[in-house]
Amino acid sequence: MKCDIVLAGVGGQGILSIAAILDAVALKQDFSVKQAEVHGMAQRGGAVQSHLRISDRPIASDLIPQGEAELILSVEPMEALRYLPWLADGGTVVSSASPLVNIPNYPGIEEILATIRRIPRHVLVDSRVLAKEAGNTRAENMVMLGAASPFLPLSTDLLRAEVIAAFASRGDRIAEANGRAFDLGREAAQGARCGPRG
Amino acid sequence: MSPSSAGPRELLLGDEAVALAAIHAGISGAFAYPGTPSTEILEYIQRQAVPGISACWSTNEKVAYEEALGMSYAGHRALVSMKHVGLNVAADPFMNSGITGVNGGLVLAVADDPGMHSSQNEQDSRIYARFAMLPCLEPCDQQMAYDMVRQAFDISERLGLPVMVRLVTRLAHSRAVVATKEPRPPDPRPPAEGRAWILLPVNARVGYRRLVDRQVEVRAAVAELGCSRREGAPGNGLAVIAAGIAWNYLLECHLGGEELPPSLRVSGYPLCEEGIAGILAAAEEVLVLEDGYPFIEETIQGFPPRDRPRIRGRLDGTLPRTGELTPDLVRAALERAGHEVREVEGPVAPRPPVLCSGCPHADTLEALNAAMRAVPGGRAFSDIGCYTLGALPPLEAIHTCVDMGASIGMAVGAARAGLRPSLAVIGDSTFMHSGMTPLVDAAREDTPVTIIILDNSTVGMTGGQPTAATGDELRRVVAGLGVPEEHLRTVVPLPKKREEITRVLVEEMNHPGVSVVIASRTCVQEAKRRARRGRKEATA
Repeated sequence: MKCDIVLAGVGGQGILSIAAILDAVALKQDFSVKQAEVHGMAQRGGAVQSHLRISDRPIASDLIPQGEAELILSVEPMEALRYLPWLADGGTVVSSASPLVNIPNYPGIEEILATIRRIPRHVLVDSRVLAKEAGNTRAENMVMLGAASPFLPLSTDLLRAEVIAAFASRGDRIAEANGRAFDLGREAAQGARCGPRG
Repeated sequence: MSPSSAGPRELLLGDEAVALAAIHAGISGAFAYPGTPSTEILEYIQRQAVPGISACWSTNEKVAYEEALGMSYAGHRALVSMKHVGLNVAADPFMNSGITGVNGGLVLAVADDPGMHSSQNEQDSRIYARFAMLPCLEPCDQQMAYDMVRQAFDISERLGLPVMVRLVTRLAHSRAVVATKEPRPPDPRPPAEGRAWILLPVNARVGYRRLVDRQVEVRAAVAELGCSRREGAPGNGLAVIAAGIAWNYLLECHLGGEELPPSLRVSGYPLCEEGIAGILAAAEEVLVLEDGYPFIEETIQGFPPRDRPRIRGRLDGTLPRTGELTPDLVRAALERAGHEVREVEGPVAPRPPVLCSGCPHADTLEALNAAMRAVPGGRAFSDIGCYTLGALPPLEAIHTCVDMGASIGMAVGAARAGLRPSLAVIGDSTFMHSGMTPLVDAAREDTPVTIIILDNSTVGMTGGQPTAATGDELRRVVAGLGVPEEHLRTVVPLPKKREEITRVLVEEMNHPGVSVVIASRTCVQEAKRRARRGRKEATA
């Protein structure tokens, strides 16, 4: 088993929080993990990505070769498109449908979503609405983690428990909202899943 | 690499593996100035808060190196860490520490940034190690980073020399599981004695001779762990030399069960002559894979070309001469078929980093733009920090960014060429790092420059480390360097104050001597972090 994931989004959306939760659960399940992330200048509201590799065998490269990612998990729709060269044949794109417009030349959102819909296996989730429904507008990243969970070789129960643990220090209310965000994302993905089921 | 004993296993960034190894090697102190991708080394040591280990940010990399050298002189082990361009700042003590030698073990962890993810250049620190004639270890992965830092302390004490450990961004900022070994306590030696540390020419000649003579031992020490040969399948006469992280990319291209070609993994310098000679003898063609400069490639090319196999790599165009190495580039260089790769589809616009919403720098730079329109013809020399983003639209407020502190020096030089108005824009931490000395020049000669210090009370770009002086402290430093009180102004960068800031700037730009305007408001990210810490303390 190997599962190569490109995590994508915009600096400040909590991409590295998703990565930390995936890392922790993969280790609990005794998988090998490598996770390359971007710090520094690139974090300031710019495009951010992390390469996360999970395998039951030793992993060589910290970077995923192009064309080998089973999953692109993006908290922002245009950012999902940026990393398509990494997507494997038959790979899945799980993306938020909610654009984050912080540049003057942000393209038309309909064209972006239409491009994602042309990918045979894709899931689009309105993470902004679901995060609000969960009770924390900052929990879009956990909505997307939930939406990706059906496609991961990881236990859903362990993932959810790790979400709660990750936010425990911010208080019960925030932790529970993030747990709900995870659940809503997962439900949305199961309802919306396209293409052949894996 | 010897297998590690079964200690606890932790998921660590390459930087954190370096930090933990140093703690386990028995350091008494760690020294650093923040800089991507090396910042997390000192941060990790600070978080561990091990009793007896001093771990404070230094004012710049030169100071950090000297403090580490002083700790070594006193007989204790020390770690000093920095990014590659930080070693330019620390080059003076680094070069000379090979001549003094060390007492307690001294390891320099330096993180290069090939591809310039967050840097001004992609210089290769291995060249500095060769320049200083000091050993350099280059781990391939996080486990080796841990193991090699521990070995580096042993080598340092055995040879009496500092040892460099070179990381690249992809190792520094990538996580993997690391098995740790039994920590050892510090066992301090008595402080150093004798003339070796007094680099008068009469002593330095002796020390330099000693360093030159010791190269045999340096080579022997590195040879044990610096290179490892895989016989592989001779196949078409191709052999591969892969250094550091490039070794992983080579393995990645052979995961499908294909056997490696005869290969040499390089993880230490000076290069192991026997290992290199062996691999050259075994092949008709040698592909060199290394991240950064074509360092190995140039070394083994020789001049004029001798009787050796054809060397392929960054110099002959097999690999790009610039930029970060990737598994895809390695695959192409090995002429192996890759997967079918999709193009980026649909509309994708670049999304460069931007100043945060509510950033005080934006208010100051807007006011600067208005002032420059009022007093046209000038230039704003700037510096390293978040405010460098002020060069991009929509602000486009600054004209240069070269190195830490260059804003003030360049403004002084330009003013002496008659450029008016000549401005410098520099952050509080960068000012303390390298801005004070050029300000002394400006103040002594009363050179007509206007220096804007953006005092956001933190090192913002690297994630909010404490700055050496801020607020009143900073003001006193500036006054103490000789800036007259009437031309040392303080403003508060807020949207509603922009006109006032513009007015102050215009007044000072028209003043025919040195002036400093401190724009003082806490970074918005730092304010959030402080509020969070405050809440935590309140609930604790």
